[in-house]
Amino acid sequence: MKMFDFIRPASIDEAIAAWRPGAAWLGGGTNLVDLMKTGAAQPDRLIDLGRLPGLDRIETGAEGATRIGARVGNADLARDADFARRFPMVAEALLSGASGQLRNAATVAGNLMQRTRCPYFQNPETACNKRRPGTGCDARGGVGDNYAVLGWSDDCIATHPSDFCVPLAALDAVVEVIGPNGAREIAFADFHHLPGTTPDRETALEPGELILALRLPAAAAEFAGHARYLKLRDRTSFAFATVSAAAALKIEGGIITGARLALGAVAAKPWRAAEAEALLTGHAPDAALFDRAAEAALSDAVPAHDNAWKIPIARRVAARALALAARGTPARMPALPASVFAAEEPAHV
Amino acid sequence: MSDTMSRPMRFGSNSGQPLTRRDGLAKVTGTATFAADNHPRNLLYAVCLPATIARGRVAHLDVAAAEAHPGVSHVMTPQNRPPLQGDPSEKPTMFSFRIEVLQDDTVRYAGQPIAMVLGETIEAATEGARLLNPRYETMTPRIALDQNEPEALEPGALGRPADVEHGDMQTARNSAAQGIDVTYETAPQYHNAMETHAVVAQWDGDRLILDMPSQALVLSCAGYAHFFGIPAGNVTLRSPFLGGGFGSKAIPTGPQVLAILAARMTGRPVKLMLTRQQMFGPVGHRGATRQRLRLGTDDAAALSFIDHEGVSETSSFDDFLEPAANASQGLYAAQALRSTHRGVRLDVGTPSPMRAPGEASGSAALECAMDEMAEATGLDPLEFRLRNYAETEPGTGKPYSSKALRECYAEGARRFGWSRRPLAPRQMQDADGMLVGWGMGTALFPCPMFAADARATLRADGTALFETSAADMGQGAWTALAQIAADSLGLPIEKIEFRSGNSTLPDGGIAGGSGHTATAGSALDASGRDVIRQLGSMAAADPASPLHGADNATFQARDGRIEVEGDPARGEDLAAILHRAGLEQLEGQGSAFRKPEDAENRAMNAHGAVFAEVKIDPDLCQMRVTRLVGAFAAGRIINPRLAESQLMGGMIWGVSFALHEKAQHDPRTGRIMNADFAGYHIPVNADIRDLEVITIHEDDPYVNALGIKGVGEIGITGTVGAIANAIRHATGRRIRHFPIRIEDLL
Amino acid sequence: MSLSISFTVNGTRRDLTIDDPRVTLLDLLRERLGLPGTKKGCDRGQCGACTVLVNGRRINSCLTLAATLDGARITTIEGLAQGDALHPVQTAFIENDGFQCGYCTPGQIMSAVGLIAEASAGEDLERIREGMSGNLCRCAAYHGITRAVQQATRRMAEAEQEGTA
Repeated sequence: MKMFDFIRPASIDEAIAAWRPGAAWLGGGTNLVDLMKTGAAQPDRLIDLGRLPGLDRIETGAEGATRIGARVGNADLARDADFARRFPMVAEALLSGASGQLRNAATVAGNLMQRTRCPYFQNPETACNKRRPGTGCDARGGVGDNYAVLGWSDDCIATHPSDFCVPLAALDAVVEVIGPNGAREIAFADFHHLPGTTPDRETALEPGELILALRLPAAAAEFAGHARYLKLRDRTSFAFATVSAAAALKIEGGIITGARLALGAVAAKPWRAAEAEALLTGHAPDAALFDRAAEAALSDAVPAHDNAWKIPIARRVAARALALAARGTPARMPALPASVFAAEEPAHV
Repeated sequence: MSDTMSRPMRFGSNSGQPLTRRDGLAKVTGTATFAADNHPRNLLYAVCLPATIARGRVAHLDVAAAEAHPGVSHVMTPQNRPPLQGDPSEKPTMFSFRIEVLQDDTVRYAGQPIAMVLGETIEAATEGARLLNPRYETMTPRIALDQNEPEALEPGALGRPADVEHGDMQTARNSAAQGIDVTYETAPQYHNAMETHAVVAQWDGDRLILDMPSQALVLSCAGYAHFFGIPAGNVTLRSPFLGGGFGSKAIPTGPQVLAILAARMTGRPVKLMLTRQQMFGPVGHRGATRQRLRLGTDDAAALSFIDHEGVSETSSFDDFLEPAANASQGLYAAQALRSTHRGVRLDVGTPSPMRAPGEASGSAALECAMDEMAEATGLDPLEFRLRNYAETEPGTGKPYSSKALRECYAEGARRFGWSRRPLAPRQMQDADGMLVGWGMGTALFPCPMFAADARATLRADGTALFETSAADMGQGAWTALAQIAADSLGLPIEKIEFRSGNSTLPDGGIAGGSGHTATAGSALDASGRDVIRQLGSMAAADPASPLHGADNATFQARDGRIEVEGDPARGEDLAAILHRAGLEQLEGQGSAFRKPEDAENRAMNAHGAVFAEVKIDPDLCQMRVTRLVGAFAAGRIINPRLAESQLMGGMIWGVSFALHEKAQHDPRTGRIMNADFAGYHIPVNADIRDLEVITIHEDDPYVNALGIKGVGEIGITGTVGAIANAIRHATGRRIRHFPIRIEDLL
Repeated sequence: MSLSISFTVNGTRRDLTIDDPRVTLLDLLRERLGLPGTKKGCDRGQCGACTVLVNGRRINSCLTLAATLDGARITTIEGLAQGDALHPVQTAFIENDGFQCGYCTPGQIMSAVGLIAEASAGEDLERIREGMSGNLCRCAAYHGITRAVQQATRRMAEAEQEGTA
């Protein structure tokens, strides 16, 4: 690990002032410290956010929006009973990510900022336009299982690994940030970038900007009755998604009056499927409708690698997530993490 | 010594008891000391730099940058590496491979050490290695089985000739009513014990102390002594606990030799612990295989022939072939049997024995092929196997020393509920709509015995000390061997002090081949009975003893006494005999032994039957092995609790083989791109649900005096095929490669 | 640069000056504080062998920079037993043979203690399996581990009930 300065600011102002090019914010460290070990990240300065006041609260305001401080732990958020009741698929997604230990250390802002698990990005001896712009992309023509089928470019075929971000995208979360030029808000849809010709520019954060909080609008809670996160993976637990989906419906009088769908592990950002949502609205929920919606969600999909199989599987995951959502949110939330094998009322063996 | 070799009668109450581990307290309190837990004063840390290409040469290392990093004390490269007295290309012991210790700048595989950095802290040495920033001249690597020509290689198939043929293959082929011709592929797998390879090396003049996990302590000393030009007796290797071995910790490795060299060069103790990534390369692996199986049956579904051709990878510079086709030699009755092994030289580290070498990958293919053949005959898979049950060893006609496989089939099938299995695939679904499939496979593992010695010392206070340099890598040697030792003197286990895990003790042999309990246990048993024989002679000759004049051959050790068989009232306390003879203690020696005529004339295997249930989402194709039942006959079970754990662990390795493990090489550099636990999957807890192990008792008077066969590896065999067969049964899809993954079932 | 931090390890206060900000909690425990019970299996948060409790919560010590722990309360495997009295999880691991080689065991046990404190799994085997999936065991002692956690959960709940009765 490259040597670095370690700064422990006591206030947000101090933190902002401590930033300089080459610096990195340290939240839970579960991703950044790992990347510093492989050499994929080599900050000169670490600014530890652990002592900043006020970033560890979950608050619901008068208008019903829920504000989650940047340093709230993934596990704490998932276990917050009120939060899980209002945003069940977010809790489900959180609990299906990583391990109990990692969820205890990881923070919500860090989850937004986590880097791709592309093995070529992770290992600094390889060509990677994301890690070192202009060097090329060794993932193309290489090996690996988690490449994109949507939104990729010739310069980068990596996917965003987050579970948490998938329902956030579906629910129109807002990211509150602060930086040298003051505070601003970024719509979740704009927060993560597709690679294009600049895969190194992964988010809308400007240099020196820091995430203060995430906000889920009050309207997002209206889906609480029909919301599921479904994650397909190569192991039953502790594995990144092969494909995942967050599906949420509003059903009134047997008709879908609102629909949200986002896919994970298919693109460099959580993939919001707006066409599918439009297609669902105004119809009675049934399997054929969900298949059509899933078809629409993947209509632009093109394999970036030898992963053409991922397109049909993504369709099926999307359709299944919608079907599960239509069935209704399970009584016990968070249920077991969003595995295919998580029966809603798990059998006692 | 002949009296000590006769079949003993068992009087002790220790063997057969499900004792908890004697080392359990140390392991749950964090006081069990593994190699890298040692921290001698004035320690230096060593960190390896592994090659990130598989073929070429190192053109440049930025040694100056590494040396300039604060805390870095030395950088060892091919330019300045001190000489070794032994040639690293030689094979000083029977389990040796040519090792890479900075002989030159050639890169032969990814992960090969190309430099070593020493530092005052682990952080400094780690960064120093990174700063070396190697540049390479690269050549196109050969990393897949189709990238070189298969060739016949000399070492054969792990102790067997590369090619074996029994019976008249041509006649059998011609007579077969039907047949199959199928090819299976298995992926390269890496041992990945949780404890990475480590060493803390300290020199004292020309004496060397190694804290190092080792599956073969005394043998390893000879290996390291060879490289450093010192007598083997000058090396002390301490390995009280291994954090897993699975075959990878039996032989000297390049990084460990370099760390020892660094300690000699600097005059300071040196600690090396490989990173997880560095476990993919220089410490062995299970080579990929491609196996063609041709089977034929007659009209009655009796096997006419099994023709098993194995191709597996080896390195460009040494030979080890995963002996997969051996699996077809000893199991099913067929008129003709043929197995061949060919090697393909690739730019990979040399493969090595990995838990059930050959048996695991061979069984995987064979058990699938048997199901394919069963399906062709229209028979239930178990019925087909029973029709081809071998009453004597196929090919050789040798009688089995014991073989309760039929009982394993019956009991396993009963517990699993096999009789309710529909013959056709894709017939079962659960309440959640998951496809359900049931499959089975036969398990088989041979029962090798190695050489081992032990020493027993009976003390005047009625306690005893037993000593042998055994290795406990989790199988439970600290406990099971002490149980055997206690029984040999007829003492309760609380009276036994058992010293092990140190090379200065009598040679406990190799913890491998599932033969350690049999081997070291036999030596311990013999050493204890040597004490009893000496005591018996003393007592029989002593007019003051109740045993005076009795026949030593009728003596039994029980409850701290020697008694006359059939007349237990006539006996005397061990301590009393010792006391009257004026002895403070009495020492006995013993060695592992199998009668040569039995070894020659009998086929010796442990057997088993594994039944698997899988559930598969019909659309999403995610799989889970929801139930495994394994019934095993492995001779005498010394400790049922620990044996069950071993067998379960083996079965989970079967799950891992079937569904998870696969090293992925970049085709351009040859580097393994998933060389970590996030990318190279092994099962997590949630992958394992219901697991049941049944052991079928066998009295085997031939394998060794104790009747022990071994349980360390057999659990993988049978299980891999059972899972693949269950996937076939659930989905109707026959997948002919491992691991089987979601995308294979779409 | 030097960083001054204070924390408690197994109840003992430690005031340290760390001369290298790269030092992880894992390496600090093992190489500088003489507490090698916590094990290194991957050093990248992928195996759980290094699990310890920080302020009562289980975390991977390999991904935790020591410099971030000022004021923290750290519990390692060495601090779990009270004198000769084993923690119920430790006892359950022995009784259920929840280990073979023992290398992942300190991490498994600390993870189990953390999981039980999280009170999200109870005695449900499927939830225990999920909750313990951050701890790899290459010997694959998962059957015993799962039962050990279930037994310890039950015994701790019983002991608590008796305590309040």
